Amino acid sequence: MKSSQISRGIGRRTLLRTGAVAGLLPLARPFVLSARAADTIKIGLDNPLTGTFAALGKNELIGAQLAVDQINAKGGILGRQVELLVEDSTSGDTATAVQKALKLIERDNVNFLIGNINSALAQAMANTSFEKGVFHIVPGGHTDSVTGKQCHWNVFRVCNTTRMETNSVSKLLLDKYGKKWYFITTDYAFGHSLQDGFEASLAAAGGTKLGADFTPLGTSEFSPNLIKAQSTNPDALILLLAGDDMINCLKQTVQFGLDKKLHIAGAQQELEVNKGLPPNALFGDWVFEWYWKQPGVPHVEEFVADIRKKSGGSVPTARTWFGYAAIWTCQLAAEKAKSLKPIDLAKAMQGLVLPPEVALMPNNPYYRIGDNQLMPTLFIGHSQPAPAGGDPEDLFAVTQLVKGDEAALPVDQTGCKMEWPS
Amino acid sequence: MSQLLLFNIVNGLIIGAFYALMALGLSLILNLSGVINFAHGGFLAIGGYLAYTLFPYLGFWGALIASPFLVALIGILIEFVLIRWLYGRDPLYSLLLTFGLAFMIEDGTRFIWGAQSLPYQIPSWLAAPLSTELFFLTGYRVFMMILVAAVVLGLFLILSYTRLGLRIRAGTLDLETVSVLGVNVRVLRNLNFGLGIFLAGLAGVLAVGMLGLEPTVGDNLIMPSFIAIIVGGLGSLPGTLVGGLLIGVASGITSVFLPSASEAVMYVMMAVVLIARPRGILGEEGRF
Amino acid sequence: MPKLDKRAGDVLIWILLIALPFWLPFVGSYIELGTHVVVYALAAMALNFLLGYTGVLSFGHAAYFGLGAYGTAMTIKYLYPSTPLGMLVGIAVSTGAAALIGPMIIRLRGVYFAMCTIAFGQVFYFIAFQWRSATGGDDGVSAWHRMPLHLGFTSIDILGSSRAFYYFVLAVFAVCAAAMAFLLRSPFGRTLLAIRENERRARFLGIPVDRHIWVSWVVSCFFVSVAGTLFALMNNFVDPRALRWDQSGNFVIMAVLGGMRSFWGPLIGAAIFLVLQDYLSSHTENWMSFIGLFFVLVVLFFPRGVLGLVRRRTSS
Repeated sequence: MKSSQISRGIGRRTLLRTGAVAGLLPLARPFVLSARAADTIKIGLDNPLTGTFAALGKNELIGAQLAVDQINAKGGILGRQVELLVEDSTSGDTATAVQKALKLIERDNVNFLIGNINSALAQAMANTSFEKGVFHIVPGGHTDSVTGKQCHWNVFRVCNTTRMETNSVSKLLLDKYGKKWYFITTDYAFGHSLQDGFEASLAAAGGTKLGADFTPLGTSEFSPNLIKAQSTNPDALILLLAGDDMINCLKQTVQFGLDKKLHIAGAQQELEVNKGLPPNALFGDWVFEWYWKQPGVPHVEEFVADIRKKSGGSVPTARTWFGYAAIWTCQLAAEKAKSLKPIDLAKAMQGLVLPPEVALMPNNPYYRIGDNQLMPTLFIGHSQPAPAGGDPEDLFAVTQLVKGDEAALPVDQTGCKMEWPS
Repeated sequence: MSQLLLFNIVNGLIIGAFYALMALGLSLILNLSGVINFAHGGFLAIGGYLAYTLFPYLGFWGALIASPFLVALIGILIEFVLIRWLYGRDPLYSLLLTFGLAFMIEDGTRFIWGAQSLPYQIPSWLAAPLSTELFFLTGYRVFMMILVAAVVLGLFLILSYTRLGLRIRAGTLDLETVSVLGVNVRVLRNLNFGLGIFLAGLAGVLAVGMLGLEPTVGDNLIMPSFIAIIVGGLGSLPGTLVGGLLIGVASGITSVFLPSASEAVMYVMMAVVLIARPRGILGEEGRF
Repeated sequence: MPKLDKRAGDVLIWILLIALPFWLPFVGSYIELGTHVVVYALAAMALNFLLGYTGVLSFGHAAYFGLGAYGTAMTIKYLYPSTPLGMLVGIAVSTGAAALIGPMIIRLRGVYFAMCTIAFGQVFYFIAFQWRSATGGDDGVSAWHRMPLHLGFTSIDILGSSRAFYYFVLAVFAVCAAAMAFLLRSPFGRTLLAIRENERRARFLGIPVDRHIWVSWVVSCFFVSVAGTLFALMNNFVDPRALRWDQSGNFVIMAVLGGMRSFWGPLIGAAIFLVLQDYLSSHTENWMSFIGLFFVLVVLFFPRGVLGLVRRRTSS
């Protein structure tokens, strides 16, 4: 590799260089994320804003921002205004996520740490917040270990565990379709624990796993797996895939005509995924962790209206609600504890019930004592193309509600051994 | 089992054709200009997004035709503004520059169209299998195969029989002599880049029929493209085509036996080729 | 004159590094970022030993970086909770692997060598991903942490104190940098430069080129594995991403950004890359555009990296 240089005029280069540097300087952008002031309560959000999970992270951020606005309008936390410090953890770089968490903790002295969507990042951040003794809520990272084998006294979680998701929907699938299942699963923590959950349900019902394909995160080509799955003639084809992989797989499923031949189902599904699918790919039985259309449930319509204003017309998704509930939980814990000390907050969190204007769902969700896991309601249903004359984002039909604590494993089976500081 | 294998081989060929399309664009640019275009995946994404934007006005077929040309125009512009300063320099600098460009394209597409995946509907008569027996042969994939074959044929015709094509081929072998013979090398490189980007844009429009449309859609296709080029042989376009098909089939076969290794097998193939026969299947000795 | 400038430059860099925990928070940053920079600087400088000084591009250095990290993490978690032992195992395993793989690829040059290193790197990535029982698969090795250093007469808490850990990392970095500088100034190092400048001529002079490149490769992988062990200790975590080709790409970018032809170039490149990314991503969602633009501008206007510009100024 040799280089041959053709020199260009120094004058022009210097001029351009100066201009380039000057162009980089002004960072007062319309899209400034946060400004740091003193004597406010600081909540640090360390979540993906770029990469695969950018869309999910954006929605959690919008929910969090709405909560901060509402809290400040009502006087803040313990009389002080709340400031939301936002950091991009990236979608998969653990080193960056941990580094940003340390930045928020050490440099910005946040009172509350929030994050992460990516399960591995969430666990790494939780271990870090535990080392530093900072109050930490995981809004949307699902790996069971966060409130299971690697649970910590200072770490709480809003979204469901994968076991709660699979338990909530497995009875429906077994009854409706049969007991012979084929799995296509994304090969990481989230996928694996979903599959473990379903396999446990299958075993308990005397069902069979016909086969399981693990695909790497970021797979675009599912045809080999779909071909294999179809050849085993399963009662149900279970897709346990992350965001974009799910979109790719469902699109390809339709093109193979498998939606007409097989029953497609899975556990977690998200509105963000459904919005990325063409109408003919909107099918299957899934679990949503929150849905915007809840007729008769108080406060939901106002929440939807508020979010529409903030997001340029889009409805809130489960992710929006995770961010919203996580921030409000901080306020509720602090008001109950009358203190900002992490240990006091954690103690106040034990059994804390979310009021209806935060819960935005039936059945009074609460944080379970023993593993710090929120027990929300799960929304079982099937995907649908937007109904004619209805809202273009009404892409899921809820058929059944399941209480989280009925679907969850008992605390002593989660593997969580909570150790409190003396 | 053997039926499964057959299914996957045929399917692998189709996917391989797609990889080849990407890799051919990359190869064209690399061969003539010595530029490693790390932003190729970004141009693929732009192709998909432009098709999405044009869809309401031109429909599926109009968007399919118009988008690659528009992306090629963008490519020509970028070549003029950024890329042409790289010629003659160590290829590492082109890597760094196009890497930066890829960052900007990813962020730009996210800024303009949002991070949320966008739905793209292909005509319903394409989105169905050809027969219930051969369900894995979907209308869309066969269409893609035919289109790629037509484009590749068109590319080879251009390279063999047009003046531009002749100059590109000659330039790949000896650019200095071509320049001395009076050909405007600047314009030649520019058009060559545009041609390579056209292929990326076309790959993008085809991709969004099968994949979700979001800013990182091209990221996972860059490496297979490079592998296809190496396996087929650096500097050889037919080699790139063969390389793409080969890794597609290898990936398909592996997924029958060990699905999680379907990505890794491409790298193993590349390592084997590099150790046993570095010039690749159809490459010439001592080219790079 | 130039020699004095170079000395002054070296001294300045060391002063900045040693005083870092004091001036960095003062300008609104935090120590952990400094630690991050030093770790990546070591990795980029190790890569540059091969790239800038021997003229051989490896795009798969993350494999040995990652092996060092995994060796450390798994030793501390499963074998015996000791930081030095973890580091030794990580370095030994990684360097061993590099020494074995070297002969297989040594005959290749240029982009072929680079792509082959990617291939091997991805094989290791695949193994780390699949071997879930040992490596935790995509979840990585977690639930362990760096152990305080027990030196007999005292104990250094590199776990609890960011400052103590920074100085630990800096000390390791200093030893490695000194060793690399020493090697580069030795006859061996001069031979590498000769090979970089004109391999054919070197061969005609009777120099066993392949053997020299192999040694340079092993040395380079040795130091990058040290960086890998520090990386694992820094995060108390390692996952397969540390082994992937895009991680290798980061090292190459840092070396090219800062200047391949200078000793401290990769350090400057690492500092600029990480600090810029850290600062920008806190202020705007669109940090990727700015970083991308920055890379483009550096390539267009700084032909030999950032330090290349500085060097031209001082020598004219």
